[in-house]
Amino acid sequence: MRSFQSMLNYFPEEVLEHIFDFLTSHRDRNAVSLVCKSWFAVERLSREKVFIGNCYAISPERLIARFPRVRSLTLKGKPHFADFNLVPHDWGGFVQPWIESMVKDGVNLEELRLKRMLVSDESLELLSKFFPNFKSLVLVSCDGFSTDGLAAIASNCRFLRELDLQENEVEDRRGQWLSCFPDSCTSLVSLNFACLKGEVNLAALERLVARCRNLRSLRVNHTVPLDALQRILLQAPQLVDLGTGSFVHDPETCNKLETGMPKCTSITSLSGFLEVAACCLPAVYTICSHLTSLNLSYAPGIFSKELVKLICHCNKLERLLVLDTIGDEGLGVVALTCKELQELRVFPSDPYGVGNAVVTEEGLVAISAGCRKLDSILYFCQQMTNAALIMVAKNCPNFIRFRLCTLNPTVPDAVTMQPLDEGFGAIVKSCKGLKRLSVSGLLTDLLFHYIGRYAEQLEMLSIAFAGNSDQGMLYVLNGCKKLKKLEIRDSPFGNEALLADVGKYETMRSLWMSSCEVTLGACKTLAQKMPRLNVEVINESGGDQTEASVDDKVEKMYLYRTLVGPRKDAPDFVWTL
Amino acid sequence: MSSEITKELLESETSGVLKTELTLGLPGDSLVQKSGIKRGFSDVDLKLANYDQAESQPPPQAQVVGWPPVRSYRKNLIKNCKYVKVGVDGAPYLRKIDLEILSSYQDLLTAMGDMFTCLTICHVLNERKLMDSANGEEYVPTYEDKDGDWMLVGDVPWKMFVESCKRLRLMTSSEAIGLGAAAPSTPSKGSSTSC
Repeated sequence: MRSFQSMLNYFPEEVLEHIFDFLTSHRDRNAVSLVCKSWFAVERLSREKVFIGNCYAISPERLIARFPRVRSLTLKGKPHFADFNLVPHDWGGFVQPWIESMVKDGVNLEELRLKRMLVSDESLELLSKFFPNFKSLVLVSCDGFSTDGLAAIASNCRFLRELDLQENEVEDRRGQWLSCFPDSCTSLVSLNFACLKGEVNLAALERLVARCRNLRSLRVNHTVPLDALQRILLQAPQLVDLGTGSFVHDPETCNKLETGMPKCTSITSLSGFLEVAACCLPAVYTICSHLTSLNLSYAPGIFSKELVKLICHCNKLERLLVLDTIGDEGLGVVALTCKELQELRVFPSDPYGVGNAVVTEEGLVAISAGCRKLDSILYFCQQMTNAALIMVAKNCPNFIRFRLCTLNPTVPDAVTMQPLDEGFGAIVKSCKGLKRLSVSGLLTDLLFHYIGRYAEQLEMLSIAFAGNSDQGMLYVLNGCKKLKKLEIRDSPFGNEALLADVGKYETMRSLWMSSCEVTLGACKTLAQKMPRLNVEVINESGGDQTEASVDDKVEKMYLYRTLVGPRKDAPDFVWTL
Repeated sequence: MSSEITKELLESETSGVLKTELTLGLPGDSLVQKSGIKRGFSDVDLKLANYDQAESQPPPQAQVVGWPPVRSYRKNLIKNCKYVKVGVDGAPYLRKIDLEILSSYQDLLTAMGDMFTCLTICHVLNERKLMDSANGEEYVPTYEDKDGDWMLVGDVPWKMFVESCKRLRLMTSSEAIGLGAAAPSTPSKGSSTSC
């Protein structure tokens, strides 16, 4: 309680705090905290949401010391390539020390968002028991926990609003975790358990939905059958986001669903279809016209014709995720129908197969011609051409994220057999706001010259099987001033490129290099020169660091800037140099 | 493995086609291959022929760790759905069947019988056949495996079969003689295939 006198003294700071309240982006908050000491002080005491892009860049103790009022924490753990099995499972990224630290210091945690972290049941239990105001748990691509941990969250978090599980590997303990939500729980706004493999008590689910009148988002798993979904929808006409479970049933249930659907006028986001019989799809046609987001990418059994019949109703779509079973023709229909499209992701339905339904450069060109608002794309395709990419660059100069993945990583231009340098070069030249780029296909140093020269806003770059020499990597390091994350695999970049500008890495979050030409000696040199970087080498073939020769090529290297020195939880196969 | 791929390409070449060896180098550079690049491909050299697109299919994909970059969660989902084409000798169009939802060869025969309703299952000793009661024609289920070879259905354990089956075909008994299907006294074929 401040006295009148001190209120006058603090007046300017209170005004500052009030103004800072309007700053929601962490970048803006970071920027204002650098202005002067007094702004730093006001900002740090008022910050409630903290984003930590690399959990090893800082320690929980220092986080809490600086931001004692933190209520919402976002943490990312393993490097991105861990998603593709390039990082051993127990590399690190444990959330336990963070939770323990926050418990110890009495942090009033309300929200926790984790990506690629190792989460244990013990962590979830601690979370559920020691943070009485805990409201929101979002786990993306995490593992290490089971349905027992979820049961703890359900049982103990009295004010839980959000439980969002996205693409996690969760062990099923058959413990009826969903039944653990007490009858008194009515606060749920968002529940997503689509990635769980085991059954849930359907009656408990229906009762839960019925009593949570504020439920906006519900995504069920494949064990929830269509008839249960139909009953749930009757209880929750206010749903905005629906993830279906198993979409397979007798025609009678499909009809019931179809008649019930029009009541769900608020559904704007649809996903799931984890098992689907095409004959049931017409049940959702009535809501298609208000959909802004549609995810059909978990449904390999839907063929192009059925996909098209569904999509041709979706003229308000802004976000579409599909499998390449849609084909170039199907993408043509998307281009004609979805004029509001901003984000498109086309995933491979048959990653190692031969000659199954795929998409080519034609589909991409069609989309770019029809969907002029497109700013984000992830496209897995059989083949690509420079001409197509040049056309795409011309049609859509607004790309912020552009990720192209050819199923054969070094395939050249399908028509001219030339490298795809000119095509990707056109993209970086034209899309001045490009922040994220993934390239593939046959690529030489010339592409990297283009990237360094034109991709001024680029923050994240993924390279695989590309380039000819160290010069390629140097072009990127020298040219891309805003680069935050660089990940490279199977490319001929070596010591010269790595060591040319060691200071650059402190301006970046991290660098990953695997199956390149970098030697242990160079990594050691780098580590020595830059004490505020952790240079880690992952050595899976066993053996000690002392036995290895400095001339040995390093299989996997991951370096990142940090304020807290080498991590203490590194397993044996991770050498911190 | 690489010689097999090259052989396939040679067979699909149209006249006047050039073979371009795939290397990473700027045009005009001497074709020196750097050593670490192909690590991910193990022993397979990627050789692509400059072929007429309309004619041939792309060569089978060598499996590289972590490529294409798709999360395991997604890969597992797709693995769990194994739709393969099913053709019948003499029928103008093909069907598709999801092998993942079946759990045995018997299920498979039943599913095929359901799909091609003119056919009924008949067991001749320990063989599996389908018969068209209209014309008395017998059909033997065969499949194309990962290596492109046509095999008789039923030799290997079910799970192994699902793993390696790329497509199915009901061949008329007469055509299938070469696969050893005709001899009833053949001893049970052990799992001698290695996938």
